[in-house]
Amino acid sequence: MTLLEITLLTPLVGGLLLVFIGHRPLGGWVNVITCAVTFGASLAMALDVFAHGPQLSGGRMFYIDAFNVYLVTLTAFVGMTSAIFSRPYMRHEVERGRVTDVRLRLYHSMYQCFIFSMLLALSANNLGILWVAMEAATLTTVLLVSLYRTPEAIEAAWKYFILCGVGIAQALFGTVLVYFAAENKLGADRDDTMLWTVLHGAGAGTLDPAVISLAFVFLLVGYGTKVGLVPLHSWLPDAHSEGPTPMSAVLSGLLLNVALYALVRVKMLVDASLQTNLAGHLMMGFGLLSFLVAGLFLHRQHDIKRMYSYSSIEHMGLMTFAFGMGGPLATYGALLHMTVHSLTKSAIFVTVGHASQLAGTQRIEHIRGLMRTQPAIGWGLLIGTIAIAGFPPFGVFISEFLLLMATMQSWPWLAIPLLVGFGVAFAGLFRNLQPMIFGEPPPGQQPVEANMLPVAVHLVLVLWLGVSIPGFLSSWFEQATLLISGALPR
Amino acid sequence: MELAELSLFSQAIILFAALVLFTSFIMLGQTRTLPLIFTFAWQGLLLAVVTVLVAYVSDHPDLYVSAALTVVLKVVLIPWLLYRLSVRLNMQYDAEVILHPSLLLLAGAGLVIFSYYVALPIVRLSGLATRNTIAVSIAVELIGMLLMCVRRTAVAQVIGFMSMENGLFFSAVVSTYGMPLIVELGVAFDVLVAAILFGVFFIQLRDSFDSLDVVRLNRLSESDAPMPSHDEAGAPPPGGRA
Repeated sequence: MTLLEITLLTPLVGGLLLVFIGHRPLGGWVNVITCAVTFGASLAMALDVFAHGPQLSGGRMFYIDAFNVYLVTLTAFVGMTSAIFSRPYMRHEVERGRVTDVRLRLYHSMYQCFIFSMLLALSANNLGILWVAMEAATLTTVLLVSLYRTPEAIEAAWKYFILCGVGIAQALFGTVLVYFAAENKLGADRDDTMLWTVLHGAGAGTLDPAVISLAFVFLLVGYGTKVGLVPLHSWLPDAHSEGPTPMSAVLSGLLLNVALYALVRVKMLVDASLQTNLAGHLMMGFGLLSFLVAGLFLHRQHDIKRMYSYSSIEHMGLMTFAFGMGGPLATYGALLHMTVHSLTKSAIFVTVGHASQLAGTQRIEHIRGLMRTQPAIGWGLLIGTIAIAGFPPFGVFISEFLLLMATMQSWPWLAIPLLVGFGVAFAGLFRNLQPMIFGEPPPGQQPVEANMLPVAVHLVLVLWLGVSIPGFLSSWFEQATLLISGALPR
Repeated sequence: MELAELSLFSQAIILFAALVLFTSFIMLGQTRTLPLIFTFAWQGLLLAVVTVLVAYVSDHPDLYVSAALTVVLKVVLIPWLLYRLSVRLNMQYDAEVILHPSLLLLAGAGLVIFSYYVALPIVRLSGLATRNTIAVSIAVELIGMLLMCVRRTAVAQVIGFMSMENGLFFSAVVSTYGMPLIVELGVAFDVLVAAILFGVFFIQLRDSFDSLDVVRLNRLSESDAPMPSHDEAGAPPPGGRA
């Protein structure tokens, strides 16, 4: 078995196994171990790809190159740390009576299936399979959003299902159009013309521009819905706030990345055949709009998880903007930002989960005095938010700084809205954060059992990336940048 | 090209494609639950007929598999599931009120014209016998979306969703003679899982809201008014009837 097969099959087998044993105390451990094996295999695969270059699997179903291998590793890593967090968290939820045995089985099984579908989407070489895996990622998480069966949770899950379903259907139409254009020019072997390697290698330059532009619009709307771009974002805060917290961590930290990955892959094809910047400009527009609007919405939130999901929209908008801008520096910054945002945001959601268990509510007005009741949670939330707001010396600062530099180089005027957006988002986060952490704790607030290890690991990694990017990671990003933008950052 | 110059089978494809679009319009105007489900089944059947005809004309045996999948999923399984659920939830005779039916149908007609406009670059490039029906397939998809936007019951939204899926499948068949088989199978699997999940949701919605009227799904919104929920996040789900 190749390393790729181990990476893909482990979560699938784990998911099937957990259907039967997910409710036992053992289930949480099996979940963690499965994720750990997946992460180990993906890391080994990453080192292999790093040493020997891109790999095409037998039958050409899967393709691993510098761009997706690091996302595979990141997905497996955050999946693992969230699983470590989820084990005691879900046990606590069972004790509080919010989750029954059947639902716990569903939860554990779907957790693994979700990881599987994301890894499949990342490693698929066939654009159709990419779409199928993206849709499967929605389907596996939709019942997890409604896990608590409160009216709000069911409403959130319904919205998530319908909006993402409609959105992703547009992406399927876009995929059909790409296939149509490719079949028209390349013709030869029908089943080959949907393979990304074939499209990007030989044929991209020859595809019909009119059809490809049309296809990109549909693909942008489709995958953009899953990225959470404004105005297609309205499912995102609902789904992220109503589901169990480990789910919010992986949705925010990983699923959005995978959707953006799909969009960037398609953009690489479109750019090659259009010879214009249409795709880039569209992505810049949507990205900047999302960045600004989500920053403003941060000020109006009453629910702590909703607030941080708007922060996710804001950061996804920034990344979309950067990938749209193209250019080596912007692409490098966006890749780095994808990594540090995933790590930071999942750490924040883990902390938020503990904080809302501590306070017994997700309402910002009722979460008070975290620092005094349980300093570990207070510090975790404070440092996480400082990191996500883009303060030095954390990694988010570096990536945002690079993106700002890239903007000044190619679109100087857009640096102004970008800076304003940073400021607005910062204010929005901290006006809510300050009383939650330093306020007067309500009488009788007791500390909860919290596992802050994943948070600490993530934040230390983000700090490390901010202080010095390790050499192998940097050359990894450079390989991916070269692949996407065709040049190295100077 | 004159229609009369086409072969008999190609003309039949155009005829059945038009009938598929016709069922889309029927669904747009149909307010009762059961006839809506039956119309959806009819649309699936007509689509399967088109697929078989295209498979025969173009000599693509893969498409027979796609047609069989369509019959199993969209003609038998999903309508049966919806029928069983609507009987079980006792809403088979429910009818919803459409505010401006004529306006809605006109909007549908507008979407058809728009689809012809969208399809122009595709048709220009295509040399397939079925290129005349590409615009129709886009129209079926867009009308499915319109159905989802204007209807307020969960059943009608599901039908709209599946009808959109029909339109997408249709467009793949007529513009490229279907996608590679593995992709078709993957898409069919997703549709099947989606249909089952919709069934689960009907029951969850019914239990929590006592209705499948999605207008009642209005608790989560961006407003400064404090939301009623979340204060008692630890409380067990209500589950009871309002």
